[in-house]
Amino acid sequence: MAATTTERPAGPPAEPPGPPSLSPVELARWSWRQLTSMRTALILLFLLALAAIPGSVVPQTAVDSVRASRWMDDHPRLTPVYEKLGLFSVYDSVWFSAIYILLVISLVGCIVPRLRVYWRGVRAEPPRAPRRLDRLPEHRTLETDAEPGAVLEAARAALRSRRYRVRVDAAEGTTPGAVRAERGKLREGGNLVFHLSILVVLVGFALGSLLGFKGGAIVVTGDGFANTLSQYDDFEAGSFFDVADLEPFDFTVDGFDVTFLQEGRQAGMAQKFRADVTYRTAPGAEDQQREVAVNHPLSIDDTDVFLIGHGYAPNITVRNTDGTVAYSGPVVFLPEDTTFRSFGVVKVPDAEQAGGRTTQLGLEGEFYPTYGFTDESGPFSAFPDSKNPALSMLAWTGDLGLDSGRSQSVYALDKDGLDPLLKSDGQPVRLDLALGRTAELPDGMGTVTFDGLSRFVKLQVSHTPGQSTALVGVVLALLGLLASLFVRPRRVWVRARREGGRTLVEVAGLDRSAGGDLSGELDALVGRLRPAGASDTPATTRSPEEPT
Amino acid sequence: MTHEQFEVLSNQAVAACAAAYFLAFLAHLGQWAAGRRAEPVEVAREREAVTVGAGAPTAGRAAAAPVTDEPERMLLLGRVGVAVTVVAAAVHFVAVLTRGLAADPVRVPWGNMYEFTLTGTFFVVLGYLLLYKRFGLSWLSPVVTGFVLVILMVDVLALYEPVVPLQDSLQSPWLVIHVVAAVIATAAFTIGGMCSVLYLVKSRWEQRTDAAGRTRGGYLARLPELAVLDRIAYRTHAFGFPIWTFAALITGPIWAHYAWGRYWGWDPKEVWAFITWVVYAAYLHARATSGWKGSSAAVIALVGLATLWFNFVGINFFFGSGSQHSYAVPEPTAVVLRLDG
Ligand code: HEM
Repeated sequence: MAATTTERPAGPPAEPPGPPSLSPVELARWSWRQLTSMRTALILLFLLALAAIPGSVVPQTAVDSVRASRWMDDHPRLTPVYEKLGLFSVYDSVWFSAIYILLVISLVGCIVPRLRVYWRGVRAEPPRAPRRLDRLPEHRTLETDAEPGAVLEAARAALRSRRYRVRVDAAEGTTPGAVRAERGKLREGGNLVFHLSILVVLVGFALGSLLGFKGGAIVVTGDGFANTLSQYDDFEAGSFFDVADLEPFDFTVDGFDVTFLQEGRQAGMAQKFRADVTYRTAPGAEDQQREVAVNHPLSIDDTDVFLIGHGYAPNITVRNTDGTVAYSGPVVFLPEDTTFRSFGVVKVPDAEQAGGRTTQLGLEGEFYPTYGFTDESGPFSAFPDSKNPALSMLAWTGDLGLDSGRSQSVYALDKDGLDPLLKSDGQPVRLDLALGRTAELPDGMGTVTFDGLSRFVKLQVSHTPGQSTALVGVVLALLGLLASLFVRPRRVWVRARREGGRTLVEVAGLDRSAGGDLSGELDALVGRLRPAGASDTPATTRSPEEPT
Repeated sequence: MTHEQFEVLSNQAVAACAAAYFLAFLAHLGQWAAGRRAEPVEVAREREAVTVGAGAPTAGRAAAAPVTDEPERMLLLGRVGVAVTVVAAAVHFVAVLTRGLAADPVRVPWGNMYEFTLTGTFFVVLGYLLLYKRFGLSWLSPVVTGFVLVILMVDVLALYEPVVPLQDSLQSPWLVIHVVAAVIATAAFTIGGMCSVLYLVKSRWEQRTDAAGRTRGGYLARLPELAVLDRIAYRTHAFGFPIWTFAALITGPIWAHYAWGRYWGWDPKEVWAFITWVVYAAYLHARATSGWKGSSAAVIALVGLATLWFNFVGINFFFGSGSQHSYAVPEPTAVVLRLDG
């Protein structure tokens, strides 16, 4: 093990303790050696691990923006400090990037010279036998009557069959003949492939985040979606992504199906959700049908559409007193918990007010797929499936703020310009509606009807170029790693000389891997070289049986 | 058999195998107690081997010496302990299998922490038994049986959950591959960690007994010498590392892609899987860096193990539903909806 490392070109052994006072060139060279040393790599790896931790403790904007903004609201004093430190986006932060960029530089600086050495070494012949084979950790001797040449030939054949690269040096004068053999250079090769592949994976990742995009959309069943920017609820794209590159597909969500476990311990757990979609790869292309389910995305060219959520969209109609429709359609209510108690708003920009004037009307409230009520808890949902759907909403009038020019969430009311509608007793007007029911608004403002129930699906659309690059990278990395960890780099030498009418054979070997053990290999070789019906010359060995 | 009967059978099998592990643990304690009373190991020989081991690749040549001069009683108790462990492992396997059969529909038994722990401990025992001969692991027996016993008890008392069906996002062939790989790697790292702990304990103890000039006896003296402990630790870690790479950095992202539409989202569970991977990479580097070999490397391995277990236990408890991976609460996926239009 120790032998391995000292021979390694990459890990410069003892570094000088501090920068010697030298010329700038030499200082630069010294710094470079420091940066590309194994110890620095080790420390940078540690720093990387440490730097990753805060991102698992502080909510990350890019991972879960809702949780992150809630956290910010709860910690008004810490938030600015954390923001400065980049703690809400650790993995894009300067310090995190600095660490991995240094690591990449160190990696390159470390691999390139090793590649050169490896390239030269790969074709090199096995090294000559050391003068004293008995100094090596593993060695055996035996005597035989066969000619030295024949012994060496047998050793050559035996080693070749074990896939060693072998050279035979014939005897010359007083120098006895010897066989030198080596195998397992793939270890270092695998190690280099592994480290290079890390770079390939990083390139793949970089391609994905620079050229790709990820967007979310909520689509009510029966509605369509066309892949243009305006149809997304949220959209994040890499710096080099061009919106014109959005592939021109579109689809309609024909239906959505979910099975809720009705009984048992997990009653209410959703299972087998899937959406039926009809899609076209481009306008005018042929209609195709597909089922999209969890773990079964729809892939159109290089873009994938994932089903990642679902919920209810009650159909709500608001009518004026004369029966004309001021608003009608399915309204997306976002689920708030596992019972699918959901929150939503209706914005009616042209509602009627007493006296025929128009005003803006906002409704805000909750939807319960299986309505329940107790005095303590108020309304609640007893089950996520729609067994007894009901709405409970408050009404507001005034200015919805739609014309302010600020972008506004369709899932929340901006109450700055709104006043609650009040009953004559001063209590706010609450509209409690079971499916199919109509409630009347006060002051001749018309009616609100809950006239149907649709479902919606939450889709995530993403385009991640470079994913095959990254995949090839990780697979190569894994193969390289396996070679690097499990290939045994070994050298074996056999020397045979005539002595006192017999042939004295010396066999020795070196296992250059961490934790290698050669004894079995040498014993097998000695077995092959020993004359048939072996004389019992005990092969001297250095190792008794040992756990391997 | 009905699903309910399978569930009952699984619970009974867990109790039975825990009892068997307890018996095995007692037998191994007896084994080492017998060893204590026996002649102390030939210290001089061992010490020589250790000093050689410090620098040259001869490390660990004279290794198995302590094991061979065990008295009769030790050998007998050791054999009994291993035999009982084999039986316990068989029952343990039945517990895992029937746990899967108890679900309706039948599924892989890795839906929650209870099941993951049940399977993980099984693999620890399996790994130990498979390597027993090869590495001469009799010294590890009390550690493994004691450890598995304690973890199984914690599992039953603190983590038990009735059988429930899997969430949709967990129903993927990638889950099977991902989780099997993660469990096997966890088991390998756990065994490797045990060796690293023993390495640290023994090296401390050697320094102290050297300083005090005492002769050595007892359990620690019968452990393999440091270089061998280090090598076995390395081998198990080196086995676990590619499997962890495969689980955490290959199949994990692929599965996340299908289930959630992204490969890597820096979700807490993913962050910690990454941290574990980086720490173990540091361990492998440390073993090749002068000044970091030996004790420092062993400490790094244990840091890696700590991050691994923290990821499994800690994330679920401390971060709860903050992680998409929490199997503690079955969330409808829609709860991850964004509120900002
Ligand atoms: C990007 C971060 C890196 C990772 C994840 C990483 C990972 C690994 C792993 C897992 C091994 C074990 C393979 C084995 O033992 O044969 C290894 C070995 C090695 N790494 Fe890295 N490495 C990184 C960066 C570096 C850098 C910057 C250097 C240059 C100093 C380096 C030099 C080496 C060397 C020389 C070995 C062989 C050690 C041995 O013979 O055991 N690595 N690396």
